Amino acid sequence: MANTLTSQARTADHPRPAVNYLNAQKGIWSWLTTVDHKRIGIMYLVGVLSAFLMGGIFALFVRLTLLNPQHMLFGKVLMTAETYNRVFTLHGAIMVFLFIIPSVPAALGNFVLPLMLGAKDVAFPRLNLASFYFWVFGALLAITSMVVGAVDTGWTFYTPYSTTTQGSVGLMTMAVFILGFSSIFTGINFVATVHKLRAPGMGWFDMPLFVWGIYSTAIIQVLATPVLGITLVLLLLERVFSIGIFDPKLGGDPVLFQHFFWFYSHPAVYIMILPGMAIISELIPTFSRKTMFGYRAVAYSSVSLALLSFIVWGHHMFVAGQSQLATVIFSALTFLVAIPSGVKMFNWLGTMYNGNISLETPMLYAISFLLLFGIGGLTGIFLGTLSTDVHLTDTYFVVAHFHYVMMGGTVIAFIGGLHYWWPKMTGRMYTEKWAALGCVLVFIGFNMTFLTQFFLGSRGMPRRYYNYLDQYQPLHAFSTYGSWVLGAGLFLTAINLLMSLRKPMDAPDNPWGGTTLEWKTSSPPIEHNFEDQPVLDRAPYDYRPQPVAR
Amino acid sequence: MSTSTVDLHDQHEHGHDPHQQHHFATMEQQFDTSKIGMWLFLATEVLLFGGLFVGFGLMQSRYPQEFLEAHEHLQRPLGALNTVVLLISSFTMVMGVLSAQRSDRKKLVMYLVLTIICACIFLCVKYFEYSHKFEEHLLPPRWYHAQPGDTVRDAAGNVSHGYGTFFAFYFMMTGLHGIHILVGIFLLAWIAIRANRGEFSKAYYTPVDLVGLYWHLVDLIWIYLFPLYYLIK
Amino acid sequence: MEWIRSLMLPPQGSAFAGEVDLVYMALFWMSVVLFLGIAVCAIGFAWRYRYKPGRVTPHQTHNTMLEIVWSVIPLMLCVGIFFWGLNGWMKYAVAPGEAMEIQITAKKWLWQFEYPDGSRTANEIHVPVNKPVRFVMTSEDVLHDFFVPDMRVKHDIIPGRYTEVWFTPTVLGMHTITCAEYCGKGHSDMHAKLVVDNDADYQKFMETGGSEWEDYKMKPAEWGRLQYERKGCSTCHSIDGSRIASGGPSWKGIWGKMEKMNDGKEVLVNADYVRESMMQPQAKIVAGFDPIMPTFQGLLREHEIQGLIAFIKSLGNDLNGGPPAPTVLSLPPKPAPANQQQ
Repeated sequence: MANTLTSQARTADHPRPAVNYLNAQKGIWSWLTTVDHKRIGIMYLVGVLSAFLMGGIFALFVRLTLLNPQHMLFGKVLMTAETYNRVFTLHGAIMVFLFIIPSVPAALGNFVLPLMLGAKDVAFPRLNLASFYFWVFGALLAITSMVVGAVDTGWTFYTPYSTTTQGSVGLMTMAVFILGFSSIFTGINFVATVHKLRAPGMGWFDMPLFVWGIYSTAIIQVLATPVLGITLVLLLLERVFSIGIFDPKLGGDPVLFQHFFWFYSHPAVYIMILPGMAIISELIPTFSRKTMFGYRAVAYSSVSLALLSFIVWGHHMFVAGQSQLATVIFSALTFLVAIPSGVKMFNWLGTMYNGNISLETPMLYAISFLLLFGIGGLTGIFLGTLSTDVHLTDTYFVVAHFHYVMMGGTVIAFIGGLHYWWPKMTGRMYTEKWAALGCVLVFIGFNMTFLTQFFLGSRGMPRRYYNYLDQYQPLHAFSTYGSWVLGAGLFLTAINLLMSLRKPMDAPDNPWGGTTLEWKTSSPPIEHNFEDQPVLDRAPYDYRPQPVAR
Repeated sequence: MSTSTVDLHDQHEHGHDPHQQHHFATMEQQFDTSKIGMWLFLATEVLLFGGLFVGFGLMQSRYPQEFLEAHEHLQRPLGALNTVVLLISSFTMVMGVLSAQRSDRKKLVMYLVLTIICACIFLCVKYFEYSHKFEEHLLPPRWYHAQPGDTVRDAAGNVSHGYGTFFAFYFMMTGLHGIHILVGIFLLAWIAIRANRGEFSKAYYTPVDLVGLYWHLVDLIWIYLFPLYYLIK
Repeated sequence: MEWIRSLMLPPQGSAFAGEVDLVYMALFWMSVVLFLGIAVCAIGFAWRYRYKPGRVTPHQTHNTMLEIVWSVIPLMLCVGIFFWGLNGWMKYAVAPGEAMEIQITAKKWLWQFEYPDGSRTANEIHVPVNKPVRFVMTSEDVLHDFFVPDMRVKHDIIPGRYTEVWFTPTVLGMHTITCAEYCGKGHSDMHAKLVVDNDADYQKFMETGGSEWEDYKMKPAEWGRLQYERKGCSTCHSIDGSRIASGGPSWKGIWGKMEKMNDGKEVLVNADYVRESMMQPQAKIVAGFDPIMPTFQGLLREHEIQGLIAFIKSLGNDLNGGPPAPTVLSLPPKPAPANQQQ
């Protein structure tokens, strides 16, 4: 893929540094006490991928239980309703809090952001390590809660069920509270880093779009997460002390919980998607070898999504008992928030137009994102529209919608980004054909699993249902088969990436011909990132043969 | 934004202030960045308490009469005393930061200690207030005992839950605030010990500044809490 | 196109179902077109502009007019869809004054309905066709949700508060009511039947509480078996001896037994005990179980109570282990009414 940017493997005149961030310090203690953003990113990566595995196994069990209405597998009932209720709750809670929210910012962002800015580290390296340990502590508390009784409330913890049910709701609440600190510290770190640690010559509109996306995400992390924190504290006080604010028998209001909860959780879904979109904004220009179309529009759309995300939470509550006026206003605002996402889609396609496109695995994932997030976003319109939402909310239609945006969107982008930056992080190239096959299997399996669920929902199948009417069985069965294909694809992808670690460390500095600063250093980078402080000499995503000097 | 270029091979030759971390180009950049970080953290605190303020507001509009009557039971003189104490502590904190900027170690330690004393007085007064509430059963709805002045009752004579709800919020908000004061005391003590060891001077006093910012926010939150609970008619 | 609609959506059972479906189908086709547009562009561009070494791409940084157009047109589309949805929703949101009011009390895990004349049913409701009916709902415990897919209505049911939903049923026959807000173990079993009757059948139902029993001429134990499944008993009581977690004692083999209560006393399981357990479940609690059974006072007609008693008796007694439990029933075809008129 030769152009003026792609580098060859290192030569004798310009040898690969013998010492890089991976081998500069040795021993597990050096990892556990590191303040190097790259090592912290790797540790986060291991952590979130383990959480993804755990959440994924729970998902497979959910689908297995729904294969037939009798929940039979090999002649035995797979699990009871009570167990099922815990399994789907844990699937949701693990995926949302332990995996998706930290995934792109803490694992990939930590690694790449300082490099992209030409900085030596994030603003607060020790806070970064602390954020990781909060994640670990929260994860351990969550696992403990699973073991000592688990939670059966759904990941949304609605009162009064969550304040009265048996199970380890308190422990799980505390786990999520601790995880919130991890998210806040990451957010604080990234905002400060973007403001103060850019390379000389890098103004705001010279930053890569990945940075804009992570920055917008960080703003949400800082402003929204504390509200989740106080919501969980209130839930805990209600559960332990019957403080009375959500209990109607003590003068409280159960719907108040939903307002508090969604005030965080709606911005949270933008914490999940903005980094995914940020990755796509890197992949598409790079693999199209063309400048990003509408850079400013994409940058502004990231920030506006972050801000608009705070004023639409009531669209989760159209039938929950909020006032009719609020319902109408939230629906109107929800349509407004659709526009910036649409703008990004058009800009990505506009970038591909007249490009010079190669289809390595990261680009396959980027194209998958366009298709899958496209479906996810379009189905959001059905839910924002009041008359159809009444029929569709709380059914499998919603389940399908959010899996399309969260998994078809964020997770697909995450895996694409993982492949894209893999050579930078590990110094090795994975085997392309297995990676591409993995992408194809994931794409097919994902659609098999979740496209079906739109129809289950529109036909009236409610969500969080253990038992279901016989008429839904064919669709449920097909969805379960899809989950096996999806699982196989993910498994293949993971194995392929892990196997690459056995290869020699021979990845070039810039295998893809990217224009952003992380490609100007070795793969993997040296400990302090750059040998000499990089100074920006071209506009972002400038693929002209003679880039215009700045 | 800093424009100086740093030779990144300068790892182990401390040509710069020992407090300057290696990923920063200048002390000034490091100090400015630290302040941004602290302000962001304070924003999270505002949102944390903000949730409770919103909850209080919603409950007040649901139980206006009960909240009005319930708040008469709060001890205004003690609340006012606490307000004065915290304002003084903010003043001593500012003087402490000023002393650090002037490299005046003795005064810095003195002002920090005064701030801690004010904080402790605050918590003592809080203790007396809380004891009074417990004795009179001015507590969340589950444990609330009807008071003579409670006019909102149902046909059977049971008091409305609004009274207990007022005190539920009272304890949650002043309690959360009190926890922040306690954490502040530990932070101030830590800074005071380091100041006593001579760690701070006009060249480097960032931790003093940041703890000062935290302390001012804790004071500010009380400035909102006090009128909301004790004074509003 | 109707067949596509019928693949995706349930039968249209209410007056505004058609309108909801119209919006749904419009959004569906719009989404298909837009998705195909995205797919054709993405895949088409990947093909048309596939990599050629040495090709230089044009440096197109932006095109202000194009960007404005593709922001404004979707915005106008969104505004239009918003108003269209609002329009339909306003019909759902405000019940007409003449609607008949039925009260719903939802509890874990059954539906209690109360008619204006005070009569009550559990898990089954009859309404007259083509007349608006309004449901005023509250919960006794946690959040539930009243969802009738065929009618295209749904609303949460909240403890300590009343919420409302209304519709005008237009299609005769049975429609399913399901709970759509997670409420625990029995959430997915919390179904009820909404039967839309013509005027004559509806009158008959209101007078006699339904003539199914006479129509089908079932034996009491068979009728009791039907109530066991319909009234929610099966959620908590098994009939094969197994213990349902968070439920009550199994009914197998209890008839005639001396059951031990949680206060140490022993009680004979006979018709009086079974009736008392249904009406005042808290009066006696079997040892080892929790006092969580809701009362069925006012929810069971006398012949239903008698059927249940007979059914429990048929599940075997303490003396000889009893006959095997009856297999799942399928109802025989409904006989023609004796005085059928055209």
